[in-house]
Amino acid sequence: MNNKENKNNKEYQKLVKEASPDSPIFKNCLKAFFSGGLICCIGQFLMNIFSTYGLVADSRNMLVSVILIGLASLLTGLGWYSKIGKFCGAGSVVPITGFSNSVTAPAIEYKKEGFVLGLGAKIFTVAGPVILYGTLASIVVGIIYYFVG
Amino acid sequence: MDYIKAFVVGGGICVLGQILIDKTKLTSARILVLFVVLGCLLGGLGWYDKLVDFAGAGATVPLPGFGNLLAKGVKAEVDRYGFSGALTGGLKSASGGITAAIVFAFLAAVIFKPKEK
Amino acid sequence: MAKKTGMRSVRFEKSVCIKSVSSVAGTKESEGPLKDCFDISVNDNLYGEDSWEKAEAKFAGRAMEEAVRKGALTFGDIDYILAGDLQNQTTASCYAAAKLDNSFFGLYGACSTFGEGLSLGAALIDGGWGKNVLCEASSHFCAAEKQFRFPLELGNQRPQTSTWTVTGSGAAVLCGEGNYPRITGITTGRIVDAGITDANNMGAAMAPAAADIILNHFRDFSSGPQDYDRIFTGDLGYVGREILLKLLSEKGCHIEEIHRDCGILIYDRDKQDTHSGGSGCACSALVFSAIYKKLIEGEYKKVLLIPTGALMSPVSVQQGESIMGICHLVMIEKR
Repeated sequence: MNNKENKNNKEYQKLVKEASPDSPIFKNCLKAFFSGGLICCIGQFLMNIFSTYGLVADSRNMLVSVILIGLASLLTGLGWYSKIGKFCGAGSVVPITGFSNSVTAPAIEYKKEGFVLGLGAKIFTVAGPVILYGTLASIVVGIIYYFVG
Repeated sequence: MDYIKAFVVGGGICVLGQILIDKTKLTSARILVLFVVLGCLLGGLGWYDKLVDFAGAGATVPLPGFGNLLAKGVKAEVDRYGFSGALTGGLKSASGGITAAIVFAFLAAVIFKPKEK
Repeated sequence: MAKKTGMRSVRFEKSVCIKSVSSVAGTKESEGPLKDCFDISVNDNLYGEDSWEKAEAKFAGRAMEEAVRKGALTFGDIDYILAGDLQNQTTASCYAAAKLDNSFFGLYGACSTFGEGLSLGAALIDGGWGKNVLCEASSHFCAAEKQFRFPLELGNQRPQTSTWTVTGSGAAVLCGEGNYPRITGITTGRIVDAGITDANNMGAAMAPAAADIILNHFRDFSSGPQDYDRIFTGDLGYVGREILLKLLSEKGCHIEEIHRDCGILIYDRDKQDTHSGGSGCACSALVFSAIYKKLIEGEYKKVLLIPTGALMSPVSVQQGESIMGICHLVMIEKR
């Protein structure tokens, strides 16, 4: 193989594909379904409790999120969330707990590089894009809503 | 009954994420972005709230629910303050979640040390 | 007389001996199939330090000390240190060497660094530039994950093609005389671009480089698989090994029987959940302790050690560039 022959690379890509085992997608989906469902049920449980205390929907949902976020932060600090994540896959990435994990993980990891340029600057290495593009999307929605509806 | 609905819908959204991870090799960071933006757009159309009414926490706890929150917030602000609401609404409604995430993350970083996998 | 043989190889005229070899292994490695082959097993990957980066420097320093001690030498006898690791600016090696007073060459060949060190070290000995040369390479799972991928606490799944960076360090002292296994030749690889952009499939990025260097070696030395007891590649893993064997058999070269991969040897895939195998500079450096033992015991007469490297930079990968592969082949014979 020669670097100039990169065009017949397709053949090599095929060879690589054959040699590379796929992720066990069915098993992974099953795990993601049950673990993700379970996290949502915990959320539902908290929601129902707060409802009995007569909280309105918005502040109730907020409180549920805050509690789940706090729990995920704690589990991340204890080093358990990465183990949970290994098993659950998307089941622990997609719920709000995954967002919390993606903020806490770099905060802990980069603390060694200092509180400002380490922890402070790198806390959003994973979650920053979420906030950026989420905010941009919300502005687009807001502008369209203003004119259309 | 509301637990079953939350379980199935929440689990289903996670399965979507899992298929994306395994099939497209997207990293989890990209999945998070995709889901929040998607939730926000669906929320803008007013569709996501129907799912929330049906599944409760099954729709609010996954990240599209966070996106929906942004959309709902921005719409409410536009209703109240007009055009400037498009700028302030999103982050305002998400401020609780984001603030909680940074505060807990900071506390965790102060208390805990990095650990091996 | 020209020492250069063929296009990419050198045959050493003088004897280049491997006087001593050392290995300092991390936790997971010390639980693996080769646990009895390591000099020092560390059951704390922080190694008593307060960061992964400092821990790696300590692994590197301990391996250097141990190799010198086993060679019945002191650091005063060492003319050069050739060392490298995976950290940016190869800081682990530098911090380890900062505590010593020796002339120092820092190397970067990604996971092929140990082969690069042995190659250049052998050339220094053969050229008469020094009596004793110390070669060392280290890597650390946590430092590598932090630098190349994601924070350790992030809850994500590793794909089946990914490898596990070996924590630890291996070193060797080369000298000009004595009754030790000898480095009789080297083949130096070229940078091979296989067009792989998946940072979780290093085996695929390196396999073409390994195939290239093996074919070049056979041509330069007019030899073939039958001339060697074993051919050890560095860290191709299960995926890379399969690709290597296919690439070679397309060229009519069959090494299935004698080929072993250090990345496969160092972990138990089923029990240790390491997916495609081990990787990192320390992978071939640690496994070399086991190979050296068998050379001394006479089980192997002639082997090839081919540390393989994927020259992966997070910046270029994020820019969509492909990952380059490089290998350094060292031919070792029992005297």
